[in-house]
Amino acid sequence: MSQAETKPPRPVVEMLDVSITFGAVRALDGVSLRLLPGEVHALMGENGAGKSTLIKALTGVYTIDSGRVEIAGVETRFATPAAAQHAGISTVYQEVNLVPNLTVAENMLLGREPRRLNGIGAIDRRAMNRRAAASLQGLGIDIDPGSELGSHPIAVQQLVAIARAVDTDARVLILDEPTSSLDADEVARLFEVMRRLRDQGTAIVFVSHFLDQVFEISDRMTILRNGRVVGERRVAETTQLELVQLMIGRDLQVLERLDHAAHEASGEAVTEQRLPVLSAVGLGRKGSLEATDLTLFPGEVVGIAGLLGSGRTELARLLFGADAPDTGELTVRGSSRRRLRSPRHAIDRKLAFCSEDRKAEGVFEELSVADNMLLGLQASRGWLRPIPTATRSTLVKEFMTALDVRPADPSLPMRSLSGGNQQKVLLARWLITEPDVLLLDEPTRGIDIGAKTQIQQLVADLAEKGMSVVFISAELEEVLRLSHRLVVLKDRRKIAERPNRGVDVNDVLEIITGEPGGLAEKERADA
Amino acid sequence: MSAQVPTIETGVIARIARFSPPRRYLPVIGTFALFIGMFGIGGIRYEGFADPQVFLTLLLDNAFLIVLAVGMTFVILTGGIDLSVGSNVALSTLIAARTLELGLPVVAVIVVVLLSGILLGTAMGLLIHYFDIQPFIATLAGMFLARGLCYLISVDSIPIKDETFSAIAFGSITLPGGYYLGWTAVFALVIVAVAAYVLASTRFGRTVYALGGSEPSALLMGLPVAATKVGVYAISGLCAALGGLLFALYTLSGYSLHAVGMELDAIAAVVIGGTLLTGGRGFVVGSLLGVLVLGTIQTFISFDGTLSSWWTRITIGVLVLVFVVAQRVLTRR
Repeated sequence: MSQAETKPPRPVVEMLDVSITFGAVRALDGVSLRLLPGEVHALMGENGAGKSTLIKALTGVYTIDSGRVEIAGVETRFATPAAAQHAGISTVYQEVNLVPNLTVAENMLLGREPRRLNGIGAIDRRAMNRRAAASLQGLGIDIDPGSELGSHPIAVQQLVAIARAVDTDARVLILDEPTSSLDADEVARLFEVMRRLRDQGTAIVFVSHFLDQVFEISDRMTILRNGRVVGERRVAETTQLELVQLMIGRDLQVLERLDHAAHEASGEAVTEQRLPVLSAVGLGRKGSLEATDLTLFPGEVVGIAGLLGSGRTELARLLFGADAPDTGELTVRGSSRRRLRSPRHAIDRKLAFCSEDRKAEGVFEELSVADNMLLGLQASRGWLRPIPTATRSTLVKEFMTALDVRPADPSLPMRSLSGGNQQKVLLARWLITEPDVLLLDEPTRGIDIGAKTQIQQLVADLAEKGMSVVFISAELEEVLRLSHRLVVLKDRRKIAERPNRGVDVNDVLEIITGEPGGLAEKERADA
Repeated sequence: MSAQVPTIETGVIARIARFSPPRRYLPVIGTFALFIGMFGIGGIRYEGFADPQVFLTLLLDNAFLIVLAVGMTFVILTGGIDLSVGSNVALSTLIAARTLELGLPVVAVIVVVLLSGILLGTAMGLLIHYFDIQPFIATLAGMFLARGLCYLISVDSIPIKDETFSAIAFGSITLPGGYYLGWTAVFALVIVAVAAYVLASTRFGRTVYALGGSEPSALLMGLPVAATKVGVYAISGLCAALGGLLFALYTLSGYSLHAVGMELDAIAAVVIGGTLLTGGRGFVVGSLLGVLVLGTIQTFISFDGTLSSWWTRITIGVLVLVFVVAQRVLTRR
């Protein structure tokens, strides 16, 4: 991984003692970072550790309160993202930041379109498409540059965003969670591109929650915790365990204990004598899910496994009444009804649903943490019966502590919290309503290991207390760790259901692909 | 990912049969079909309706509205709205009439009117961008301000007697076959062409679309968001001033009660022309067609003679509704 052993080259970017404060929150506290040309530099840390803030401080989105930024030895302060881009610092953010209504080529070259008459005439569409096509081909992306960006899946849009950043001849390329929506093949392709750029002398900043990926691609890493740097390491001289300990500052044995707990529980006498709390017979909806049966017993965690687009989310939405089913019956606690008319109905029957799209279908960014938490309870009480102030503060305090929401100030606006903490608040919102059934769609996506562990622990505890949980996650390891029973979906259809006893990831992949484990990756590509 | 397979040439007819226009052109094609359909029905029902001169007069009668709709298209493409254009038109007619009365040369009058329009538009754009005020509110304020300023200049209607003005107002070019097209209509069509070029083929134009697609993204892509956003309101102000001049030519007067509610006609035309009110999708040509559809409804009513003129409003209302719903259906897939 390491190349020349001569004296280290001059850093392209050097950030020294940088601090940023938002209101009362110190987001960055004396952080230093140096980026060397020809190196992939991983920025590691839990959610809320300050990675995104650091990136935005470097690229001129935020202004820094103190400290200095040097680009190639010259002190610089970017007022706008455009200025940073001009200086050769390109960024691909976690959420795709392109415009869906323009074509792929336009998105790649917006602001830099080739023009006729030596750059003063009209935009030369043909030249633009040609240049975009060449650039896409270089990254091995096979799409029509003239097609509308919004017509492509998110993964492709992400690659286009990277293609845009690469096309600017960036000296520094910042990739903030670029792999979270990519499958294995696409990640491999991205890494190939990253290596090529690194070898050409680009300094690359790589942010990812996937430790294996970080260790595969990075040369050096800076680890952040609570807005401070807790270490800079060469990857070759670091172990994953050391990294994780630095990141979260506590050990990981909780995860291992969980592993055992779930497997023991599934070994116990199965719940056949008990009445099901929820049962769906032939529940389906045209275009989203074929008729599916699902029974849920009290105190049981049912894991839904399946690839992207297999119908995982659709199933959860049908169970919650967020989408109306075309066929089938749904019985909640014995009271048979053909369907739940609306989420409101589902809440009355003690169902709760955490959507995978936290931003759009979960949080209210402008409301306070406390308001966000109490929304579910208020909704189920009806608007005419406000929650007494005393009850409010007790409930909020109780759940802030129970779920370890940080910063522990319920009056902060929701948007100032990190993803992991927002997720905890959403969970609290539903737990306050004391549901019988909790539908969790990707509750741990995009959040750090610390919060992930806490949420997994919480799910296990809740099930032990008798709550039924439907747990959906793209991470098979996580599904297997928590579930008592496993439902496998493929192509919008249930293809298997079995107790989670001695099942491992390869077994699941085998079920999904219908072939022995190793070929699973190939199948993924067509998602 | 579907590969782009080069199609094997199988004759022109087969290719025409297989031709399906890209989705983004569908609304404009719809409006075009509607316009042709209405004209066709008119031609069958009323004698003389299908005469090309009716169409050319349509352009002449609506020249000012075409120019207004062009400016409005820029604003709506960014996801904004401009309610001030109607008042801005009235103000422009009054400034023109008053300065002519004072004896300023025509060129100076035009410059003053255009500058005042741009000034009002730019001021609102600055408010909207730098103070983050809702376009609806900022331009509502602009609307009241401009209308109020009209009364400061004159409460009564001021007639325009300048000879150059009348010459332009009644001037026309003769087309083959004895038809004629007024200068003002020619001017409006030129504006449409210029705007179409700017939107389709300049960086400014593409940034307008990008803003409508996603403003935060446009910012992070390093596009000149501030300049573009202020720019579209300045353009809308300029178009309102131009529209005002055309309206002054059309009525040969300046009056504070001119063009009341005309901003809503412009918005209706843009919507009927297939531009999404949320921004990012639409074409100036669509807005031109939208104005023509509105004009055709009026022509219908004047040809019929028995229909009350209120039917114009009712039909516009229904059309706007139909188009908004159709867009919803189309964009939802």
